[in-house]
Amino acid sequence: MITAERKPLSELVECVRPYGRILLLGCNECVTVCAAGGRKEVGLLASSLKMAFSKDGKNLDIKEITLERQCDPEYVEELAPHMGEAEAVLSMACGCGVQEVARRFMDKPVFPAVNTKFMGASERQGIWSERCAGCGDCVLGITGGICPIARCSKQLMNGPCGGSSGGKCEVDAEMDCAWQLIWDRLKALGLEKRYEENMPAKDWRPGRGAGPRKIIREDLAR
Amino acid sequence: MKTESVLEKVLASGQMAVTSECGPPRGSVPDKIIEKANLLKGYVDAINVTDNQTAMVRMSSWSSCIFIKQMGLNPILQMVTRDRNRLAMQSDILGAYAHGINTMLCLSGDHPKFGDHPMAAGVYDLDSIQLVRMVKDMRDEGKFQGGADIVNPPKMFIGAAANPFADPFELRVARLAKKVKAGVDFIQTQCIYNVDKFEKWMEGVRERGLHKQVYILAGITPMKSVGMAKYMKNKVPGMDVPDEVVKRMSSVPKEKQAEEGIKIALETIERLKGVEGVNGFHIMAIEWEEKVPEMVERAGLLPRPQV
Repeated sequence: MITAERKPLSELVECVRPYGRILLLGCNECVTVCAAGGRKEVGLLASSLKMAFSKDGKNLDIKEITLERQCDPEYVEELAPHMGEAEAVLSMACGCGVQEVARRFMDKPVFPAVNTKFMGASERQGIWSERCAGCGDCVLGITGGICPIARCSKQLMNGPCGGSSGGKCEVDAEMDCAWQLIWDRLKALGLEKRYEENMPAKDWRPGRGAGPRKIIREDLAR
Repeated sequence: MKTESVLEKVLASGQMAVTSECGPPRGSVPDKIIEKANLLKGYVDAINVTDNQTAMVRMSSWSSCIFIKQMGLNPILQMVTRDRNRLAMQSDILGAYAHGINTMLCLSGDHPKFGDHPMAAGVYDLDSIQLVRMVKDMRDEGKFQGGADIVNPPKMFIGAAANPFADPFELRVARLAKKVKAGVDFIQTQCIYNVDKFEKWMEGVRERGLHKQVYILAGITPMKSVGMAKYMKNKVPGMDVPDEVVKRMSSVPKEKQAEEGIKIALETIERLKGVEGVNGFHIMAIEWEEKVPEMVERAGLLPRPQV
């Protein structure tokens, strides 16, 4: 999923200060799962903002809406009837959702309420960690199911570097060394020999190397 | 002979090679690099010039190399993949070679987190093994990494680092094998304090015949004090300083610790001279370059061969 963390309240208060009526948007997808911008978080943020402004004697009118998917024009269209009254939009979706709302409603200021972080997985309740860098040319099939690009601090394709110690990365003692994980898994699979195949210099074009990316599925796009 | 590198000639002659290093200054101060290199003149075969070591901005390695080259000495251009992409690295290699620099060391480099620009993006377009391969293809195939032909390809004698003390230990020989496969000519190792472990690594190297395919220079760093020994043991990632070494450093009074550090280093050199596959020494006296001549002399590594 795409993970996100809510921005500090003080920053959000400054974003909406000029406005009297705002639309506060949640998204029912990834940001709900990572507890950053679902219906529940929308409610909590609305109360916090109202409280923050009521201290200054200001009444902030907040309309709360949580869309099924904010990165999808079909769902974003549902906002059209509510947009007229709103002076600004505060979106708790990931950056994709924020941009979709901005694209559809050209004349409304849209502010992000979360910082979009990474594509990751849930380690356990309340802990998410990065798993995929979206390089566009997946190597997991040869690296034992652990991504060196997303999970090695130096994105080494032929690690581990000299800073791997006790299974941890030199950058942070709490961080697993991706290449230790890769090695452990290759061993478990009986594929130790594969380690010695040098991975060639990566072609970054399928990733961000060739500019912003687009997928066109002719069969569906017709 | 693959190159004009003096280091290659010394190693090919079968004599023990000696290298040392100079860290460029934190400013446009050529005198500093000239002063440091002058200390080493006549005592080493080649001088590594570090590339923003510990991720701190310093005068560039290649420009410092030119000053050293102009003194008639042999610089080793260090290059880390942290700060440049493959275009920048290849153009620097062409430029360095055009100035007569013919030996280099390929590294991934310390992570930006450890330096004075922790907010900087680490580039890592290539890793050190891919860099070795790129430099080899530039030299032997006369091709850029992108595939086009090079006019007057740079003939670099290609080095890389190896840390026998990092984890997992069982991978350390295999990782050297990958560097050999990529085309590395010589290796300079991490500083050796745990000599037993280093010898165990060398055993693995010999078992696979890697010592016949690559020259290995053992890394030696004298310790100035017990404080430095403790710091290296506890704070420097990938460093293996056994308790006995710390104990030995602390067993002598403060004013004699520097000499004790030198003695330990000299004993290590003496012991490693007898290890098959060790072809020389890389003496890194960190901010203590003035000690290198004395160490080389006391280690019986003088005079340096004329090749």
